[in-house]
Amino acid sequence: MVVISDILVQGIQMALVLLLAPLLTGFVRKIKARLVRRRGASIFQPYRDLLRLLRKEVVLADNASWLFRVTPYVTFAAIWVAAALVPTFATGLLFNWTADLIAIVALLGSARFFLALAGMDVGTSFGGIGSSREVMIAALAEPAMLLIVFCMALVAGSTQLSTVANFMASSHVGLRVSLGMAMIALIMVALAENARIPVDNPATHLELTMVHEAMVLEYSGRHLAMIEFGAFLKLLLYISLIACVFFPWKIALFGAGPLSYTVGAGIYILKLAVAGFLLAMFETATAKMRVFRVPQFLGAALMLGLLGTLLLFVSRSF
Amino acid sequence: MSPVVWQMSCVAGLLVIAILAIVLSRTRSATAIVYSITLAVSLVALIGSVRWLVAGAQNVSDLTLPIGLPWLGAHFRLDALASFFLVVVNLGGAAASLYGLGYGHHDPAPHRVLPFFPAFLAGMNLVVLADDAFSYLLCWEFMSLASWALVMAHHRETGNAKAGYVYLVMASFGTLALLLAFGLLAGPTGTYEFAAIRAAQHTPYVAALVLILMLLGAGSKAGLVPLHVWLPLAHPAAPSHVSALMSGVMTKVAIYGFIRVVFDLLGPPTWSASVIVLFLGGVTAVMGILYAMMEQDLKRLLAYSTIENVGIIFASLGLALAFQANGLKLAAALAFTAALFHVLNHSFFKSLLFFGAGAVLTSTGERDMDKLGGLIHRMPLTSFVFLVGCVAISALPPFNGFVSEWLIFQAVLQSPDLPQWALKIMVPAVGALLALAAALAGACFVKAFGVTFLGRPRSPAAQNAGEVDRYSLAAMFILAAFCLLAGILPGLVIDALSPITLAILDSRMPIQDNEPWLSIVPIAASRSSYNGLLVMIFITLSASSAVLVIHRFASRALRRAPAWGCGFSEPTPAAQYSGVSFAQPIRRVFGTLMFHARDHVDMPAPGDIRPARLRIELHDLVWEGFYVPLAGAVGYAADSLNRLQFLTIRRYLSLVFATLVTLLLVLAIWS
Repeated sequence: MVVISDILVQGIQMALVLLLAPLLTGFVRKIKARLVRRRGASIFQPYRDLLRLLRKEVVLADNASWLFRVTPYVTFAAIWVAAALVPTFATGLLFNWTADLIAIVALLGSARFFLALAGMDVGTSFGGIGSSREVMIAALAEPAMLLIVFCMALVAGSTQLSTVANFMASSHVGLRVSLGMAMIALIMVALAENARIPVDNPATHLELTMVHEAMVLEYSGRHLAMIEFGAFLKLLLYISLIACVFFPWKIALFGAGPLSYTVGAGIYILKLAVAGFLLAMFETATAKMRVFRVPQFLGAALMLGLLGTLLLFVSRSF
Repeated sequence: MSPVVWQMSCVAGLLVIAILAIVLSRTRSATAIVYSITLAVSLVALIGSVRWLVAGAQNVSDLTLPIGLPWLGAHFRLDALASFFLVVVNLGGAAASLYGLGYGHHDPAPHRVLPFFPAFLAGMNLVVLADDAFSYLLCWEFMSLASWALVMAHHRETGNAKAGYVYLVMASFGTLALLLAFGLLAGPTGTYEFAAIRAAQHTPYVAALVLILMLLGAGSKAGLVPLHVWLPLAHPAAPSHVSALMSGVMTKVAIYGFIRVVFDLLGPPTWSASVIVLFLGGVTAVMGILYAMMEQDLKRLLAYSTIENVGIIFASLGLALAFQANGLKLAAALAFTAALFHVLNHSFFKSLLFFGAGAVLTSTGERDMDKLGGLIHRMPLTSFVFLVGCVAISALPPFNGFVSEWLIFQAVLQSPDLPQWALKIMVPAVGALLALAAALAGACFVKAFGVTFLGRPRSPAAQNAGEVDRYSLAAMFILAAFCLLAGILPGLVIDALSPITLAILDSRMPIQDNEPWLSIVPIAASRSSYNGLLVMIFITLSASSAVLVIHRFASRALRRAPAWGCGFSEPTPAAQYSGVSFAQPIRRVFGTLMFHARDHVDMPAPGDIRPARLRIELHDLVWEGFYVPLAGAVGYAADSLNRLQFLTIRRYLSLVFATLVTLLLVLAIWS
């Protein structure tokens, strides 16, 4: 019985992230449009976009290799697996022990590795500029992310995300300076990793200012659909991660009844909406920074993560 | 036959092949004969060492030969640590021999390579087996000289003579440091057997000096910054299968020397020792990978990345020292296992990548990435295995590189228990450096694979490349399979390493064999666990279900068309991103500080028809700031001393007299 409910929770989680991810992006776009007094497309527009892309033919560059065609599926799969392992509405996921937080970061790293390679496959300058800038951002965002992971793991005594979430949901965490630093750093990393303003602009159409979009410029049709879907999932993943570690309010604990699962799911959607709203507000209120300001932004995240971890190391002795 | 005799007979076999190769070297079939016998002997040695590692928990097998110093003899000994490193050496040796069967045919001067190749392997085997200071140093020198001869195999190519010279100087310096270290260990009584050194008590002063000398001696061979300068010159200069051995295996033999002395012979460590090792490891990791990122020569890039990996291993060993000094045995076993696991992993993927670079070199004659490109179409199999190697070395799941880095990060997370303040601040900082190095490694290997194999060919050589021979491919595929296997079944490797931690640290990681689903658990399941097999299955399942759903329900139409060029149709391949331009963002972020990097744009005046040029100025600060002044000082001192050779007889006599008086004075004051 326990096993069945475990499998059920894990299965629901995997389906839920797939279902909600485009909706979240649609919601953010809608709010952004409303904030600048446009009517904006329906919040279901991302689903329509995906379907439309799936129905279109793929236009493949003449010298594209097998790697170019495999990459969309590999990146999508890696991000999906990672997203399935971040607790959304319930902790105690069945497969949490297969990959901890460090492995989740590395899975996202794999996705980016292949995407950056695909950017270089066709041999146009756009792909190259996108890939080279993407790896530069990643080279700073990944260590920052790992330090944030260290910080959380030291507080919770585990790198297992379910255990971390359980611990954070329990009452004896209290307010900690290092956790605050980690949260700010995580938000900064999340903005960079998801190619949001101020690091990158998801809506721009001027190639030279793009990073992520330049890298995937040659993709079309179903391949582009997979990549877009992966990007939606990644945004959802980061918001879920921030929510489950820093705001684990009402998250259903392991072995709770169906009622608390339902409540957990409802509250989770609410959390997504709040986070999406805040993201839209933030993006509307800030301007994109020059590419070579990004290292300072991410360097700040790195330093915050390091400071948070150092504080934890040092505070143990008191 | 006792295991050590088994290994020694293999070494004897290798030496016989070396002699045979001198005789045969000018005949046509020499390449095939030498490499196939070396392959067979390496496999036999490999089987022996694997069996001894798996079977023997605390077993030790030793042998004394009546050669060498008359009162000492030559001691050889096979314990768990030695058998693990023999596995690394002989696996690398077997793979390189298999690769050599194909690659060796393209060698313009096989008689310069064939005799030294088995001798080099024999030397590495002997260093690991040696059990007294005298034979250790002798074998170490033998190994260095054999590899030097291999570096100089193509001595007429530009740069190789300089590489050989720098290597020789650094190797002599390293041996000098080792000589002093063993001298200190032997003490005034001059006990050179390792067993006696192990039993003796060493004062903290001696222990600290020995540690520093080992860092200089073994560190210069392994490539610790700032003693790494010879490595990116010498490793790429050798033929590619030898480069693979030097980078993948010989650096590990140096690490073996460090472990043997610092962990085994020196007795319980002090925590201050670990601070130095941690610091050097962390700095080496980041510096190595930044150098690699700036490099356009494929083999040099790989050599610099070796420096990075050596840094990671040393950082992990430093963690093990810190835990050991504070009596945290479980954590020490974790860090030490992580280091050994990374040793094994690096020998897999670095050999694989050097083989790949060698394949590219045979097929195109080019090592400069900016003259390559598009090889994925012309060398599909090579590019596939090279990609596997790149993914593995970038520490991405489900391959092996990730597992060892994951274990190291788990060890870092154990360190808040350390009582010393210096370590409390040092360890997270080193953790950050390792994380930075891991991320930069990803970037670096996107560059290595992307510029070499993807895009459009940048030269006719790359345009006309073809797939390499079957032996080379077989060697690469076998190593790629090992990369995957060690990544998805890490528990087996960790369990196989447990006799070593038991013997050296007197503790071990939890038995992984009992974990459900072949997961690995460093300390306790509630703290962290990882399952490479399931991660791979999940990724495969979700990717294939995505493919299935899409190909079932969505459009399957596909059209080939020219790439979108912003209105410029058919731009030249030179318009692609090259290695230099790919590294530009990272050069701007890190390079201004680390390399004093500057871009110079030479823009012609309007009406002038010469092309605009972009010149990049990079400075190797270690070389220019330390080695160039040092070489200058040595040269100046030599010039000054040179005057002493042209004195008159009167002055010589007065010099002799002055020396005599000084010595007598010293003697008088001393006693």
